[in-house]
Parts: sequence; C-alpha cells; structure tokens
Amino acid sequence: MNPLPRFFTFAAPSRFYWLAGLLLPWLYLLAGALAAAGLYIGFFLAPTDATQGDAYRIIFIHVPVAWMSMVLYLAMAGWAALGWAFNARMASMLARAIAPTGAMFTFLALWTGAFWGKPTWGTWWVWDARLTSELILLFLYLGYMALVEAIDDVRRADLAGALLAVVGAVNVPIIYFSVRWWNTLHQGASISMTAAPKMVSTMLTSMLLMTLACWAYAFAVVFARARAIVLEREQSSEWVRALARPLSKVKL
Amino acid sequence: MHPFFHLLQRDVRLASRRPLDALLPVAFFVLAASLFPLGVGPEPQTLQQIAPGVVWVCALLSAMLSLATLYGGDYADGSLEQMLLSGHSAVLLTLAKALAHWLLTGLPLLLVAPLLGVLFGMDADPIKALCLSLLLGTPILSLFGGLGAAITLGLRNGAVLILLLVLPLCMPVLIFGAGAVAALQSGISPAGHFSLLAALLLLSLLGVPVATAAALRISV
Repeated sequence: MNPLPRFFTFAAPSRFYWLAGLLLPWLYLLAGALAAAGLYIGFFLAPTDATQGDAYRIIFIHVPVAWMSMVLYLAMAGWAALGWAFNARMASMLARAIAPTGAMFTFLALWTGAFWGKPTWGTWWVWDARLTSELILLFLYLGYMALVEAIDDVRRADLAGALLAVVGAVNVPIIYFSVRWWNTLHQGASISMTAAPKMVSTMLTSMLLMTLACWAYAFAVVFARARAIVLEREQSSEWVRALARPLSKVKL
Repeated sequence: MHPFFHLLQRDVRLASRRPLDALLPVAFFVLAASLFPLGVGPEPQTLQQIAPGVVWVCALLSAMLSLATLYGGDYADGSLEQMLLSGHSAVLLTLAKALAHWLLTGLPLLLVAPLLGVLFGMDADPIKALCLSLLLGTPILSLFGGLGAAITLGLRNGAVLILLLVLPLCMPVLIFGAGAVAALQSGISPAGHFSLLAALLLLSLLGVPVATAAALRISV
C-alpha cells in the first residue's frame, strides 16, 4: 500500500514543500557548524603566510564563494532548462530561487576579492580576466532576475528566463576566453594572479570546510526561497489553503 | 519570391517611408562619439589611442537604440502572430528581421565610421581595419539584439531591459572588434582578431536565430 518513492516524487510542489521544510533546520545547522569549524581553523590554526601576512586569510571566504557563484549559475541554467524541456514546474521554481543566491555569491566574490587585492596588490580592482568575467557573470545574474521579474505571466517568465540562462551558459566560456585574450594583449599592470601559495593542509581543510558550509547555506536559502515561491504560486490549491487554516484559527 | 526576401523587402520599405527613424541611430553614433574629445581633451595622441574603443562602444549602443521597434510594431498590430502561424520557418523569419535591422542600422554605421576615424586623427590603415571589424561585428550585434527584442517583447520596461540582457553577451564582439584596430595601431597583425570575429559571426548565425525563434514562440 505504501509504494517506494519514485524518481520524480519530489517534483510535486506539495511534496517538495514538505521535504524542504523537513531539511531546512538541519541545513542551517550544518552550514553554521561547518562555517564555525572552517573559520576557526582558517583564522586560528592555519599559519601566517610568509609573503602576504594575515591578509591572505580572506581566501577562506573568497575562493569558496567564487566557486559557488559559478556552480550556481550552471545549476540555475540546468534547472531552468529542465523546467523548459519537461514542463516541470518545480524545476522552474528552483531556478528562480537559485538566482538571487548566485548573484549574492558573485557580489561577495568581487567584494572579498577587492579586500584581498588592496593589501596584496595595492589596488581594489584590476581589469584582470578573472575579475572581469566575474563582473560579467554578475550582470548575467542581474539580467536573468530583471527579466523574470519584468514578466507578469508566470509561465512566460519561466520560459524566457530559461532561454536567457541557457544562452548565457553557452556564452560564459566565450566571454571568459575573450576577456582572457584581451587581458594578455593589453598587458597593463604586471600583477600576478597566481597569488595562491603552496597550501598547508590546515589551509586546505579550512577551505574545504568553508566550501561545504557555502553549499549547505546555498541549499538552505534556496529551499527556503523555493518554499515561498511554491506557496505564492499554489495559493489557490487545496493543500496550501489547508496550511493556512489552522493559523487563522490560532489568531482568532 | 522566397518569403525570406519578401519579409526583408517589406521591412526595408517600411523603414524607407520613415527615413528619419532610420537616421536617428546614425545621428546618435556621431554625436556620442564626438562627445569623447570634448570630455577627454583634444590631444591627438590620446584621441588616436581611444578611437577604436570609442567608435566600437558607440556602435554597440546605437545598435541597441532601434531594437524595441524591431518586433514591437509587428507584435502590436498582430502581424507577427500571423507570420508565426503562416507555416514558414520562424528561424528564417528572425534571420530576415536581423538582416533588415543590420541593413538599416549596422550598414549606415559602417559608412559613417571612416568619418569618425578622420575626426579622431586615425591613419588610413587603422580606418580600414575599423571598417572591416565593424563589417564582421555589427551583424552579431543585430542578431543578439533581435534575441533580446524577442525575449522582452511587449514588456513595460523592455527598452532598458534589452540593454541589460544583450550588452553582457556582446562583450566579446567589442573586445575583438576594438582589439583588431588597437593591435594594428601597436604594430601587431590584426588577423587573429578578424578570424575570431568571423568565427563569432558564424557561431551566432547558426545559434542565435534558433534561440530567437524559440523566444518568439514563448513571447507571442
């Protein structure tokens, strides 16, 4: 009588809502614990760098955040494409839930990069290939969010967003290489971007822990946002109304 | 006559009845570019150095100006819907639209660009390279612009949104287009840049019309 859950079981918004609600506290807990451990190792146990002093320690935030910014764009484009191809509502909602988190990580990567650049290179910003393409990635996120916000019809917003995300994902390597070649041609400030020193194992541990913390945080925030989107879009369905009913009684 | 040429002829004829509309992007192009000497200063050395970048950025912006009307008019009077329902290929439709857009905005920019080159004190060879880079690059702008116009069809703030969507995708064109001229000016062969521009043009000719047709199906 109780069939095994199928592969698409949690593609139903009501079941996703339930599962995400179940996972949320654990994900927040996991993110907090991993971040605390990673920051402790990074700031208290990892040795001071010979050339950069203590300024290098921002690497424990900067690198995981930069990784997340790229991974999340691919995840967003992937979910959006799935939602487009299979007409899966939940996939489209996930894509929209990922975008703000991805944009935040991209912004943080730029911000922490500037904080790292000032003490080590003596400047907040250089038009380096990696920095420039990260900036363009931020524009791609902003374009996606602006587009889906501008379209009132939910279905059209999902599809148009999916198309834009896929076109953007195809373009990202082209943009990256064009910026890289542009940069090598200009050869302006001779600042070496290969600043990452040979890593001690404590540094690596801290960075890995921080990466996992970022993953857990991204999952938690995306799930929380997706739950809100589910409620908004399914507000006329019976199960959402049923959710709202006991609350209104309590208030009375 | 093939529907592709039919559509092309129609768009060009419609534009020729309003010649001033077609001239506006060119006027913007010249005006915007001539602001730079006023802002940066009239030193010939500086002007020569920034000329390729300035001309390319202004070309990029003026190509974006007329995008809102590319599909907008046909969408408003319902003829776009009929074109999509007609059974002819939507990919060819978008290709014809992009080509019409290029003929009406890209080609005039190409013709005016040498004049700007002279204003900025460029030599003959860099001017030739500038024109060649514009010849290869502006069709890509029209193709991506058409995609942006199709996605944002009928939206309230579509005109600004197109800029936000299309400009990041057009950055490689800017880099190689302006880079070709800059390379020539600094004594390096611009052939690599031209090859890359041509490769980008071929890639976008293959891919962008398909995406634009999909966008039209979503939007209409």
